[in-house]
Amino acid sequence: MKRLRFPVRYVPFAATVAVFLLVYALGICNFRNFGSLRVFLGLLHDNAYLGIAAIGAEMVILSGGIDLSVGAVIAFTGVLIAKLAGCGVNAGAAMALALAAGTLFGALQGVLIARYRLPPFLVTLGGMFFARGSSYMISEEAIGILNNPVIMVIEDRLQIAVGNRGLTLEFIDMLYLALLVIAVVFMQKTTAGRRVYAVGENEQAATLMGIPVARTKVMVYTLAGFCSALAGIAFTIYLKSGNPLNCIGLEMDAIAAAVIGGTLLTGGVGYMIGSFFGVLVLGLIQVLIMFQGNINSWWTRIIVGALVLVFIFMQNLITQLSNRRRI
Amino acid sequence: MLIGGFIIAVLAGLVFLCGKSSHGRHLRWPLTALTLLLLINLIFKPGFFTVEMTSDGYLYGSLIDILNHSSKTAILAIGMTLVMATGGIDISVGSVMAISGAMAATVIVMPKERFALWGLDPAAVAFGAAVLCGLLVAVAAGAWNGFLTSGCGIQPMVATLVLMVAGRGIAQLITDGTIITFDDPLLSFIGNGHLLTLPFTTWIAWTLFAIVALLTRKTALGLFVESIGNNETASRYAGIEARGIKWLTYIINGFCAGVAGLIVSSNIKCADANHAGLYLELDAILATVIGGTSMSGGRFYLSGSMAGALLIQTVATMMYANDVNPAVIAVPKALVVIVVCLLQSDVFRQKLSRRFHRGAAQEVDA
Amino acid sequence: MEILRTEGIEKRFRGVQALRKVDFSLEAGEIHALMGENGAGKSTLIKVITGVYPPSGGQVFLQGKPVAFPSPLEAEKAGISTVYQEVNLLPDLSVAENICIGREPRGRLGLIDHRAMRRRAETALARLDIQVDVAESLSSYSIAIQQLIAIARALDIDCRLLILDEPTSSLDENEVRELFGVMRKLRDQGMAILFITHFLDQVYQVSDRITVLRDGQKVGTWRSEELPRVEMVARMLGKTVAEAEAPVDRNGSAAVGEPVLEAHGLGRRNMLYPIDLDVRAGEQVGLAGLLGSGRSEVAQLLFGVVPRDSGQLRMKGRLLPQRFWSPRKALKAGMALIAEDRKVTGIIPDLTVRENIMLALQASEGMWKTLSRKRQQELAEHFIQLLGIKTPDGEQLVKNLSGGNQQKVLIARWLATDPQLMILDEPTRGIDVGAKAEVAALTRKLCVNGMAVIFISSELEEVARGCDRVVVLRDHRRVGELNGPEVCLAAIMQTIAGQG
Repeated sequence: MKRLRFPVRYVPFAATVAVFLLVYALGICNFRNFGSLRVFLGLLHDNAYLGIAAIGAEMVILSGGIDLSVGAVIAFTGVLIAKLAGCGVNAGAAMALALAAGTLFGALQGVLIARYRLPPFLVTLGGMFFARGSSYMISEEAIGILNNPVIMVIEDRLQIAVGNRGLTLEFIDMLYLALLVIAVVFMQKTTAGRRVYAVGENEQAATLMGIPVARTKVMVYTLAGFCSALAGIAFTIYLKSGNPLNCIGLEMDAIAAAVIGGTLLTGGVGYMIGSFFGVLVLGLIQVLIMFQGNINSWWTRIIVGALVLVFIFMQNLITQLSNRRRI
Repeated sequence: MLIGGFIIAVLAGLVFLCGKSSHGRHLRWPLTALTLLLLINLIFKPGFFTVEMTSDGYLYGSLIDILNHSSKTAILAIGMTLVMATGGIDISVGSVMAISGAMAATVIVMPKERFALWGLDPAAVAFGAAVLCGLLVAVAAGAWNGFLTSGCGIQPMVATLVLMVAGRGIAQLITDGTIITFDDPLLSFIGNGHLLTLPFTTWIAWTLFAIVALLTRKTALGLFVESIGNNETASRYAGIEARGIKWLTYIINGFCAGVAGLIVSSNIKCADANHAGLYLELDAILATVIGGTSMSGGRFYLSGSMAGALLIQTVATMMYANDVNPAVIAVPKALVVIVVCLLQSDVFRQKLSRRFHRGAAQEVDA
Repeated sequence: MEILRTEGIEKRFRGVQALRKVDFSLEAGEIHALMGENGAGKSTLIKVITGVYPPSGGQVFLQGKPVAFPSPLEAEKAGISTVYQEVNLLPDLSVAENICIGREPRGRLGLIDHRAMRRRAETALARLDIQVDVAESLSSYSIAIQQLIAIARALDIDCRLLILDEPTSSLDENEVRELFGVMRKLRDQGMAILFITHFLDQVYQVSDRITVLRDGQKVGTWRSEELPRVEMVARMLGKTVAEAEAPVDRNGSAAVGEPVLEAHGLGRRNMLYPIDLDVRAGEQVGLAGLLGSGRSEVAQLLFGVVPRDSGQLRMKGRLLPQRFWSPRKALKAGMALIAEDRKVTGIIPDLTVRENIMLALQASEGMWKTLSRKRQQELAEHFIQLLGIKTPDGEQLVKNLSGGNQQKVLIARWLATDPQLMILDEPTRGIDVGAKAEVAALTRKLCVNGMAVIFISSELEEVARGCDRVVVLRDHRRVGELNGPEVCLAAIMQTIAGQG
């Protein structure tokens, strides 16, 4: 049987892991304590909400779409929870409500995209405006929820000690890791997850193979809305406040994380676990620049932009190569 | 009140004419919406139409505000219209605005002695240099986007994502991370000055509109752009240098972003790398889509994009006038996006007309 | 036993009648070939049966029961499996997944059991005697293997009716033989197979019955042995046998003049072995060969759509540069190409007839020298009248015109540039009979007026009738040339088959 080419589809993911290890090694070589557990847990903790959001964004990108509403939904969820908690509603109930609202919001976007064939870019752009504007309607300024009993329980009780130096894995970190495991299993091992790949790779072929394309897309955007809302909850717990100004432009970080994680922005190619490494790389760059001290923080954006560029070029090359070989 | 009635009458007349003529059909919806909005104001808030003359000979009032503040979006939308007509998109214009503003501000705050050239007035030379540098970096950014999209064949949204992410970092690099403030009278004139009673920004926007409209309609550029957006392969087969033309649209778009960036930083007399032009790329795309240019490329309507920019700003100004928090503007904006999308969607139209026809059939039955 | 029957199937697309009252029946344990020219309605009929399109009229019966599948999935569930013309699989998923997606075996917790899936894929492939690593991604295998994997996917379900839409176009001889073996085996197991192909030999090798479609209508169904080959071709072309065998009538051949195009060693790696080709003024040269023989590639290399690796081109004796050779330069040198696949490479659907006509001329003039509106209108009116383009006026959008008129607009686009060499690649595909004749007459007229014409068509009859000289290609090589009186259908076919 003829073998035509080396499976280059693994290259982007391998590159992601390589970049992660490289950046990490760079830090360890240059700074004391960079390799310590404390730094790593801090990295995880600071980026847990981004990671949760990136899971949703990754799924949408794998389905061949894009979601610009992520940051706005996070802000909306945060403000909603803080406002309700401020009004005396149990914070847990407020979170459940916010989660439901975010999921419904995602489902609506999905229906518009899948049933009416509207471009995802515009629909989620509208969604972003809507969520951002709504959060201003709820409150125009930040609302703190420092002394809320439920939040305090989550903060103080729901944590696991790691090692014996008083380091802990916080609730939102566990939430992220748990969701990541679920998402990886979902995308690899369930029919619905595999359908997302099929739809993202070639919608027409997927239709002819009998895959319910519209239903799959609605599911994807619904789950993305759920993830965004959950990221909003995590962010609220992390900051202990809700602010309509939070997370402006976070959707681009989530998309960048997916790209750096080796996901093809055209859809269909990539691994859920890639988003994990993408988020960690983004975080590591920030930590590295913080450790450096005398480099200005704006280098973060330039480096991230350059990384995105490198990955895009690599993916482009791979796509072209495999197209050429296929003829 | 009189002015308001007059404007609305003129707009309504335009809507009517647009409906009749095949050339103006795309203007019908945005203009109708604009007319309705103004009508609401006329009924509930007649003061909206008050236009007064200051002692310095400037006009002011809500209508003038709309003209003034819509110009940034309008300028961006002019470039975006061309890019989108080729089937592309540029999500980096907000960042490019920040870069060009940062560049101009950095140049203008340099010591004036450096600009004492050829015996010219250093202030004028400094102003010229600032504007030129600001526009040049923006054009370079546009050329870079064009290189990635048409040169390397990367998907436009993906390619321009790079500059969107890195652009604000580059802007900070230029300003060295500080917010540069300046009080150069010439540079502040761009964003704050008036000419013949109207805001200078309005003149810039409409002059740019006229130039680009002439450039596209009096040369074959417009035809080539539409042809490429409609069917790129066939255009190439017909002998059109599709790559070059697409590249050119990104460069024009970069130039427009540069102009808008100068206006923004001149308006607030400082270069703010983090917030200059934030989210304006989305407004520009929205104005273009409202104007009737499709995201998938093909026919484009510069006048429609101008109307779209006016419409967006009218909504915003109305909310200011009614003391609504400006940030809430995003909600009606979102609704406009969705409604416009639905109106352009074939599936939605079919469903609507099917329902309509079914209704008609039932009437016949009855 | 009858498995499938259609009664009076109709299908219209935006006013175009693709199928007219098709009655068709398929029995268990037979291989049934569906024949017809391009645009005869074969693919449409299949898509109606499998639920991709809803029919505009008529009824499909499966084992006597009326059915209407809302989607291919429902058709699959009812036991109808389809392998489409292009490989419609997902190249970046694994082979096993491509075979099983949509009906993956599930294990504990409802999760996909990857091991069971691989086993099932291997079983399905074993039925076709293929051994591949099913965990590998589909794109690492050749198109031929991918095609067989697509068939394996179709067989993976418990299907009673297998539809193969041109499965052999990318297979070599051995692979075709293997595939036919599999098809016969499946037939003997009682499966009904509906088989579409362009290759006449193959039809007679495997099929038990043949149905011929033409212009959306059923011409008839015959047992294979009762339908002689010549008669089948005649039926497909809508002619009687006598007409098909009649000698080619070629009057009005122009006096052949100076060479216009001389190509030496024109070629490109993986695309075309170097060939020589020359065309004289007033001469119509045909390029004949099967699909994928390299005929369109010649046109693409000449016109600079794809850069050539090697070869010297001369137009009227003047050497043309090899570097940066592009359609625009070819256009300026006096070439014109009406490429195959009008929808992709030809019309700009949302532009008007006038704009479509002036496009190439404007491109050759450049961006700045705009043709005046008056000039544009004159051009449009001139060509609408000259070519008899059926449109209310030049401001009509081209997408609203019929296929034949769109083709004429394209011809007008290139005539407007006043070319010395016109290359027509499948100019008559997908247009109706009347328009075909008009296009043929038109190219003839161009030659008489002294233009050099290269004519490429898969309809050999057209090539034989219209061309003064025919160059035959096979497997991306030039294998022969027929001159003047030698040009006839039989001779061309023999050269293609390598018996000449």
